[in-house]
Amino acid sequence: MSTNTEFRTCPTTGLKVDLAAEKLIKANAVAAVIFLAIGGLFGLLVALTRWPEVHLLPADWFYLALTAHGLDVLLVWIIFFEMAVLYFASAILLNSRIAGPRWAWTGFGLMLVGALLTNVVVLQGGSSVMFTSYVPLKAEPGFYLGIILFAVGALIGCAVFFGTLVVARRERTYKGSIPLVTFGALTAAIIAVFTIASGAIILIPTLLWSVGLVSNIDPLLYKTIWWAMGHSSQQINVSAHVAIWYAIAAITFGARPLSEKVSRTAFLMYILFLQLASAHHMLAEPGFSSEWKIFNTSYAMYLAVLGSMVHGMTVPGSIEAAQRSRGLNKGMFEWLRKAPWGNPAFAGMFMSLVFFGFIGGISGVVMGTEQINLIMHNTLYVPGHFHGTVVAGTTLAFMAITYYLVPLVFRRELRFMKLARLQPYLFGIGAAGISVFMMGAGTLGVSRRHWDMQFADAILPFDYPSAAFLMMGLNGMFAVLAAVGGVAFIVVVVASVFFGRKLGVDEKPSYPEVPPQAAVVAEHGSADSLKIPGTTMLVAIFFIAFVLYYFVNWKYLSEVWPLS
Amino acid sequence: MAITPPSERNWWKLPIARVELTWIIIAFVWGLFMFFMMIYWHGAGEQNLSNEAYKIKPEQFAAKTQAMIEAHTVRQESGFPVVRPPAGSDVYLTGRLFNWWPILELEKDQSYRLHLSSVDVQHGFSLQPININLQVHPGYEMVVTVKPDQAGEYGIVCNEFCGIGHHLMVGKLYVVE
Repeated sequence: MSTNTEFRTCPTTGLKVDLAAEKLIKANAVAAVIFLAIGGLFGLLVALTRWPEVHLLPADWFYLALTAHGLDVLLVWIIFFEMAVLYFASAILLNSRIAGPRWAWTGFGLMLVGALLTNVVVLQGGSSVMFTSYVPLKAEPGFYLGIILFAVGALIGCAVFFGTLVVARRERTYKGSIPLVTFGALTAAIIAVFTIASGAIILIPTLLWSVGLVSNIDPLLYKTIWWAMGHSSQQINVSAHVAIWYAIAAITFGARPLSEKVSRTAFLMYILFLQLASAHHMLAEPGFSSEWKIFNTSYAMYLAVLGSMVHGMTVPGSIEAAQRSRGLNKGMFEWLRKAPWGNPAFAGMFMSLVFFGFIGGISGVVMGTEQINLIMHNTLYVPGHFHGTVVAGTTLAFMAITYYLVPLVFRRELRFMKLARLQPYLFGIGAAGISVFMMGAGTLGVSRRHWDMQFADAILPFDYPSAAFLMMGLNGMFAVLAAVGGVAFIVVVVASVFFGRKLGVDEKPSYPEVPPQAAVVAEHGSADSLKIPGTTMLVAIFFIAFVLYYFVNWKYLSEVWPLS
Repeated sequence: MAITPPSERNWWKLPIARVELTWIIIAFVWGLFMFFMMIYWHGAGEQNLSNEAYKIKPEQFAAKTQAMIEAHTVRQESGFPVVRPPAGSDVYLTGRLFNWWPILELEKDQSYRLHLSSVDVQHGFSLQPININLQVHPGYEMVVTVKPDQAGEYGIVCNEFCGIGHHLMVGKLYVVE
């Protein structure tokens, strides 16, 4: 089978590129971006409806749009893109042929059919049950069937990834250990298998229930297992986008991990502990013991959080080490000041790192604290948190790497470079604003998944404080900014992929420039000579913010009614 | 580089830089601290959930709520009975499409055993503006001991999506001196 595999050699990196793998990466990335556009549009409609002065959609359309938004961006966009990342990190980075390209196409087809089916069913209007579809709310059978098909397709994609690792090892396409980025992708794929299995365990009975073959699904059981899929799938994102941070640092700066051992162990922490996160959604539920909640919500004493905090130092640290070895040694921050802020891949990656840590990470740990969850559960604080992780974190990182994928994999020169340079800032600042203002509104009590914060038609009146309305107005404005950034991304990508200048077989694209000093950098960063004062300062600021914010929320909690 | 195999084949044996190791230790200790903080709060803090819960049929819970309403209703408001159960007693609040039933009137600084359940789909009990949020499931009766420490008029927003009338689902709770 390996005899008829066709390869080309990448003129920029020297990697051997399996053309079958390249086609699969392209197809998955294109599908991902299409669903990002659809899901993003629904998201904008949701934000404009929650902007009290605009209040765009009627109630039924709002709940429909919110269901579609969650589904298309949280599941479809991200998993399609992750398939592209898996194939890239296995076949391309390991110089290998892809294992079973036909299987990979089957998986792709199932994912596409599943995603389209669920979208059509949601648009028909009878399945506005939110992405989480908590029983006993019932959607049409096609809603569950579509998600199951999509998940099976993704599972096949993971199998192809594992198969490719085996093929590469057997055919000795690389020397030594797999690259760190591939290791991160492996982490994502292992968590994906757990995630998809959980999804199958709960969604198959739910499908049978929706067609009348099963009489009852316990709502607590459903929620516990559903979130073993729902939250773990976000851990796939974390693993994937951290791997992308490392990849962009490597391509942009020739940065070398400070310590392979530390970075890989941090990924291992994800595999071992991130699946416990289902508990984050069960802290305000009846029927669980505090022991269960405390152990699970903290990922067994915050060991997975430890993994993220480690990456939070090693990623910028490796960039700092690379920049300093290149002579940018003045003061604490010359390396950062003179970083290529006009390179959209780097700008997006670095903002993703900062926002994921400061906004998504800290808020997640605080909200996941057993007792503090009481003052946040199901308020807008929750979507505020996960827009910090999944939008400002994952989506921004995926957008960033796309700027490298277009010239290196699609072999097209980027078009509208000026717009591309601006795009990460528009989208990143928009997404960060959405997160912060939703968290603000949530702190003031505003409910998530709610059409009318004025309760205009309710029999009993209630008024949220006026500051909450201001928060939702600001949320709307930043959502518009993020949407402008999203449109800019789609315009640049579509224009480049379809109308960009085709690169010749041996032609190096002018963007990205791979640094000539890569060899020098590779010698740097050994344990004795490592000096990363700027990163140390950033990490110290992060830590102080974390500790302060943590205690501020205990203070808030201590002010509510005594409960026992 | 992170996109190539590690240049040293023995990467597993290489030492870790001091700055990295220091951060790992700080982060690990902070994690332990946050872990034990939750346990500590169970003893020292006043805001903890009891974990007391029972399986119950929706009609049984509705009947318990109704019995309380019949015994302790003091007035009507917008079609809702306002119920003032004795201090220290068991009080029942039913979530249903699309209201919280009934309106409770509690005394400040008295403890009540608040029973929450739903008779149809999941609802979210969101007491405002104090911002206490609990998930309400059909088939499960959750019991929380509450001790209101501020008099006033509170809203109960439903903050779990429950259907097309979700945004109409607002309840009320009074705390009186």
